[in-house]
Amino acid sequence: MGVKQLGIVGQSVKRRDGIGHVTGQTQYVDDVFYTGMLWLKMVRSPISRGIIHGIDTSKAEAFPGVVTVVTAKDVPNNWYTILCLIGVEPNDEPVLAHEEVMYFGEPICAIVAETEAIAAEAAALVKLDIEELPPVLEMEFAISPDAPAIKKWGNNTFMYDGYNHRKLRFGDFEKAIQQADYVIEGDYSLSPIEHAPIETHCCVVKPEPDGRLTVHSNTQALYFTMDNTAIILQVPSQRLHMIGGTVGGGFGGKVDVITEPITCIAAMKTGRPVKWRWTREEEMRKSSTRAGVKMHYTDGVMKDGRIIARKVRSLEDAGAYHRHSPYGVQKHMANLPGPYTIPNVWVDAYCVYTNRQPSSAMRGFGVTEATFAVECQMERIARTIGMDSWEIRLINAYRNGQMRPVQKVVEDATLIETIQAAAELIGHELPAHLKAMSSDDYAGKGGHHG
Amino acid sequence: MESITVTFKLNGKTTAVAIEPLESLRTVLREHLHLHATKAGCGQGGCGSCTVLVNAEPVLSCLMLAALADGQEITTLEGIGTAQHMHPLQAAFFDRFAAQCGYCSPGMIMAAKALLDKNPHPTRAEIAEALAGNLCRCTGYVAILDAIEDVVTQMQEA
Repeated sequence: MGVKQLGIVGQSVKRRDGIGHVTGQTQYVDDVFYTGMLWLKMVRSPISRGIIHGIDTSKAEAFPGVVTVVTAKDVPNNWYTILCLIGVEPNDEPVLAHEEVMYFGEPICAIVAETEAIAAEAAALVKLDIEELPPVLEMEFAISPDAPAIKKWGNNTFMYDGYNHRKLRFGDFEKAIQQADYVIEGDYSLSPIEHAPIETHCCVVKPEPDGRLTVHSNTQALYFTMDNTAIILQVPSQRLHMIGGTVGGGFGGKVDVITEPITCIAAMKTGRPVKWRWTREEEMRKSSTRAGVKMHYTDGVMKDGRIIARKVRSLEDAGAYHRHSPYGVQKHMANLPGPYTIPNVWVDAYCVYTNRQPSSAMRGFGVTEATFAVECQMERIARTIGMDSWEIRLINAYRNGQMRPVQKVVEDATLIETIQAAAELIGHELPAHLKAMSSDDYAGKGGHHG
Repeated sequence: MESITVTFKLNGKTTAVAIEPLESLRTVLREHLHLHATKAGCGQGGCGSCTVLVNAEPVLSCLMLAALADGQEITTLEGIGTAQHMHPLQAAFFDRFAAQCGYCSPGMIMAAKALLDKNPHPTRAEIAEALAGNLCRCTGYVAILDAIEDVVTQMQEA
């Protein structure tokens, strides 16, 4: 095949920021220091669920070296949700908790002091009066009628078009499963995963004489952060001079707009630069994780290997607040059937709220979890019906021109070619009829899955 | 607490600095002396990103009291090369794409330097062992080992 020689594609290019990284000259957010800079420490919820009756900051405020304490009443627009920018509602998370606490480690008030050590010492002096309630920690319990509703709208799931789960319906699962030679079920689950970047969350904000704020952030999503911060502060976004792009590891863990609004408010309130950097413990125990997920598959399979029906029920643990999970579950739903042509599909995907630390984005979140389950299930099918692992996938792989359950015609399939290339790379000789397959071998009506 | 003065040789230059008695060497390097190459990843001795050399030994500067550095010889990443004149390890990390987000790189390079200064011909297993205390989360270990092996090869050829 004649491939046109390209200028950049196929060429090895040196990283623009590489020399800075290896000589220590790259400036990360924690490397930013300003004269007169104050330090922020967060007072967090010591329990997983409770009603706040009182937050007594008087001793902390009187502590020598403390400049101010930031509470919910200092936040112009305290209730937010990051994905309001793409229409997710309602706003379900307070920047600073003031009515109730929903997870262990939830931010309640911020101590701003001359040194980090003073801020930490004073944070321990804040007296919290919180009435503890039994936390909802398990997803099956959370969606059962016995569970207390922890969300203001009266249940424990995100509501998709009025339903407590995202539905996907394609063909007629109930009818097809009756016609299957085999009914093969499988349960798959993943625990939450912490990103654990080597650089913890950090933000530095400097109030400028012209009224703008210079915001040094290690967010992975600078414009997202600017817009959400502007909404929370109730200021036009041009007042925020966002400086970012240098992230000491993120992996999806730094897209939550979790440090900037509070650090901005502290800087506005004191008129001085403020730095807030998280400890390793905060990063590990308080920052968002990948969601824990539980998936149950029920597949109808024919003796020749065709999967003619697939039903999936999936519970994804969002933790206490939306963050990115309603969107993650939407992607999850679309990917639960896998890259296979199955004419009858039924998916119920739940975005479940519990009193756990919120989950959010992480490397293909929603998709990766589905892929794990799908490929385990494909192996289970292959072993149950006594078919080769390669063949079960190649038979069912979707082809260009076929309709996916999400009502999108496949246009760019490469699964068959990828599997064939993988076989070749590891020296596995595929039989001729599998070698002959192609993503373009779907003949339309009357074809393989016609 | 009253501040104390410690004096050490830092990247070849005698340096005196007034510190709080309980401050870590990392804090003093980063926040008093403004040498920001040495990174703060955990403050618990768990990640290795704050690795510096104390008398040619790799040390987790977050766990060492700066007061104990008095009279010692300290080397940080800034002391071994510059953008214009990179140390062979820095050049190899750059060439081999061994720095992804870059946050672990200073500690990795210093740990590698401590090894090569003592043992110029380590095996790949010895290199891995010497870096066992340095975490990378961008999954860059293979590239890092490759970069250090490059330097070993260069030194053998030289």
